[in-house]
Amino acid sequence: MAMQSMKKVIGSIEFGILSPQEIRKMSAAEITVPDTYDDDGYPIEGGLMDKRLGVIDPGLRCETCGARAGECPGHFGHIELARPVIHVGFAKTIHRVLESTCRECGRIKLTDEEIDEYMKKFEVVGDRKKAKDKLIKEIHKKAKERMVCPHCGAPQFPIKFERPTIYYELRKDEEGNEYKHRMMPTEIRDRLERIPDRDLPLLGLHPEKSRPEWMVLTVLPVPPVTMRPSITLESGIRAEDDLTHKLVDIIRINNRLKSNIEAGAPQLIIEDLWDLLQYHVTTYINNETSGIPPAKHKSGRPLKTLAQRLKGKEGRFRGNLSGKRVNFSARTVISPDPMISINEVGVPLAIAMELTVPEKVTEFNFEKLRERVMNGPEKYPGANYVIDPEGRRIRIMENNREKIVNELLDIGWTVERHLEDGDIVLFNRQPSLHRMSIMAHRVRVMPYRTFRLNLPVCPPYNADFDGDEMNLHVPQTEEAQAEAKILMEVQNHIISPRYGGPLIAGIQDHISGGYLLTREGAYFTRPEVEQMLTFAGVEVDELPEPDKFENGEPLWSGKAIFSLLLPDDLTIWYRNKLCDESERCDALERLIEEKFIPDPDEVRELAYDGFVYIQNGKLLSGAIDKKAYGREDGKLLDIIVREYGAERARQFLDQVTKLAIWVITHRGFTTAIDDEDLPEEALDRISEIIRDAEERVNRLIDAYRRGELEPLPGKSLEETLESKIMAVLAEARDNAGSVAEKYLGMGNHAVVMAKTGARGKILNITQMAAMLGQQSIRGKRLYRGYRGRVLTHFKPGDLGARARGFVTNSYKSGLTPQEYFFHAMGGREGLVDTAVRTAQSGYMQRRLINALQDLKVDYDGTVRDPTGIIVQFKYGEDGVDPMRSWGGSTLDVDRVIMRTLLKSRGNGRR
Amino acid sequence: MATKKEFNVFMHELVPEHRVLSEKEKEELLNRYRIKISQLPQILVSDPAVVELGAKPGDVIEIKRKSPTAGVYYYYRLVVEG
Repeated sequence: MAMQSMKKVIGSIEFGILSPQEIRKMSAAEITVPDTYDDDGYPIEGGLMDKRLGVIDPGLRCETCGARAGECPGHFGHIELARPVIHVGFAKTIHRVLESTCRECGRIKLTDEEIDEYMKKFEVVGDRKKAKDKLIKEIHKKAKERMVCPHCGAPQFPIKFERPTIYYELRKDEEGNEYKHRMMPTEIRDRLERIPDRDLPLLGLHPEKSRPEWMVLTVLPVPPVTMRPSITLESGIRAEDDLTHKLVDIIRINNRLKSNIEAGAPQLIIEDLWDLLQYHVTTYINNETSGIPPAKHKSGRPLKTLAQRLKGKEGRFRGNLSGKRVNFSARTVISPDPMISINEVGVPLAIAMELTVPEKVTEFNFEKLRERVMNGPEKYPGANYVIDPEGRRIRIMENNREKIVNELLDIGWTVERHLEDGDIVLFNRQPSLHRMSIMAHRVRVMPYRTFRLNLPVCPPYNADFDGDEMNLHVPQTEEAQAEAKILMEVQNHIISPRYGGPLIAGIQDHISGGYLLTREGAYFTRPEVEQMLTFAGVEVDELPEPDKFENGEPLWSGKAIFSLLLPDDLTIWYRNKLCDESERCDALERLIEEKFIPDPDEVRELAYDGFVYIQNGKLLSGAIDKKAYGREDGKLLDIIVREYGAERARQFLDQVTKLAIWVITHRGFTTAIDDEDLPEEALDRISEIIRDAEERVNRLIDAYRRGELEPLPGKSLEETLESKIMAVLAEARDNAGSVAEKYLGMGNHAVVMAKTGARGKILNITQMAAMLGQQSIRGKRLYRGYRGRVLTHFKPGDLGARARGFVTNSYKSGLTPQEYFFHAMGGREGLVDTAVRTAQSGYMQRRLINALQDLKVDYDGTVRDPTGIIVQFKYGEDGVDPMRSWGGSTLDVDRVIMRTLLKSRGNGRR
Repeated sequence: MATKKEFNVFMHELVPEHRVLSEKEKEELLNRYRIKISQLPQILVSDPAVVELGAKPGDVIEIKRKSPTAGVYYYYRLVVEG
């Protein structure tokens, strides 16, 4: 009969202050001895390790509940304080309450009318904490200023509070001389006791849960040993917990105070001891109380007391409750594997044999699970534990597995079997900034020691393979597995809820490869076609008709092969990134609009790489680039997800990336320094542009020096000069760039990558081939350094292009030392920016999450906080889930009309 | 007052339309969302728009806003003291 977990639902939690009666009631023992263990290492009765508070040493039994160490949860004890002390946590509240109430009759210093008025206001305010706090503050302010009690007429005195726990009353004697009267905790407690229950709500207190006098301690609860265990060091010496140390101090002083009082010692000595007791209790509760020195350990380390255990990042709340360590998880380095599906994850064998999935034995899986158990923990696929119907876990070992398989294992048992192909797991990479940072994958058990993931899922995790590690979690119940499958599987996150376009998409070589496959003039032989389709995992019964014959050999166009991956009723057209002759796109667009379902041959005649037209699953015109299945603007992928579902999109993405990879590896794709070669005439033209720009800059500077420059509106003369110079130099860079661009065609792989959107921008190529251009910091030309100049290589006050960070060389031609330094200056800004940005956005994210985490969309479409207060009457004002919207709107009407027309006109296809 | 023009917040193009709900509309609103009056978002009586309307604490204001996502969007706020 093992401990079955008790399932209970927490209805509500109430916070209040413990009364002395409650503390005594829950106490298992009064603690009076300031000691822990005797010389034999046995707990002393009445000491801090009293066996009635629970036990931590193996072999001993708890004297309260009779359980052994590990089973006994521990029990509270208590210390009877010889004199009351202030609870630091409430010091401020005590001050407020004392100021608000009469020193004679204890009533709140408000008139009866005011009391009624405020009571009513409290009802209106309800649960809104902010408003409530404001009211309480207001009441305090009003009551504090009453120097005569409206109820009994007694004169009142101001109360001075000295941190952390000392209170004075600024009294006046008959002659009107002011004098300070120190209020000891006993006096304070007496006054708090006099406050009637009915006045408490106005002070923000609850008469049953938090009487004010309970804020002055007369009894101190002693936490159970289990929460302050002593540790035995290797040398055999016991080290006590910080809390135990502090409690020893408290008891020692408490006992001394008690005996001094009993012996009738002078008031002075008693008050000194009393203050010392107050100090110890204060530091016991919070050792970072301002105004008093923190209690130190023998070694000089400040003690970690109650408040310190709860506070901060490593504290109980943030460290142990909001985030805790879990079982059934693994972490290792990640590496790429383009051959697995995007929703799979490669799990190393060693990890698969450590992580387990509990599977209930039924008549359907009995045989399979028997085999798993028979294999045991050492042989894959095996199992590590079996659980009997009563919930006892039995470890499968060499010597008991035969007995388990043959005699014990039966329907109703559970087997914790090794992770196997197809199991659902959660895969995560920190920082988990958005929901796509944790997705559900299918397991693929593999050799070696890294987690394998397919490249399209790098962007959502923001993962690369320069040593990144990722975490993996195994859901342990059927409910959890089903939930993960339905809500978290990779294919359900292809579309990002942030901008309503694909986030999981083809990257880099997938795009370049797609282009090489589908551009005009790309033809493949039969063996090539067969190989690439097999590689991509595309199943075709029969190849389509060859597009042409060369020397009697049949050839297929890349477009025809690509079309095999598309759903065969897909129709779509769009302009892609390669479109730089818009007349040709216009011509195609006009044809489609006029004929609606134009004849394929007509389209072929106009076919242009810059305009994609897919008719009934046949790519007739256009090459594939980033706009097809790339991140953020992959239209094709977007349409497939929305019209054919996530699973079809996953299949498409898997196949298309593999196809592209086959093409790019077999055709060959590389970029090298000769991609940046420019012919002599181009270099001459670039030098010309540079000379021209420098001259124009010099003319501007001359004009400025002569005072002939006209300031632009809203700018000073200097600013005008700067912005004009910057404009001239930016133009020069652009011109040099376009010169270079003219000489670099699609035969250049760097250009292919830039134009298709696979990687890099044209700007990067022109910076390599033609000229780097102006370096800047905060959008300004470089000017910091020496007085009037950046480097000593220039004359002070030189405003010329080269002196202020204009780099005329390219990466290929090589930078001069000065240019190199300017470039480093500009580059440094980028580095600082990213460092600052991550720190700032991290903090902003934290605050945003804290503010928004409890809001939810109700079934009626409203956004509410946990108390039911409405934040938005309709989520996002339109109630649309961006992930399921068409670029933000509920429906793309044009697309629906087009699809309907296509269907009704039929044109032979379904 | 003949020459001096009073400034009216509602004349400004960025200020959306405000309207005080009648008791009946108020009740309908609360029923529609199945809420207590305290669960409505709030607006201070000292808010320039509320001052202009002359609404009192306990009134509910309907704000007709332009929304980039939904075209027109109605928001309701309970007038509170302060």
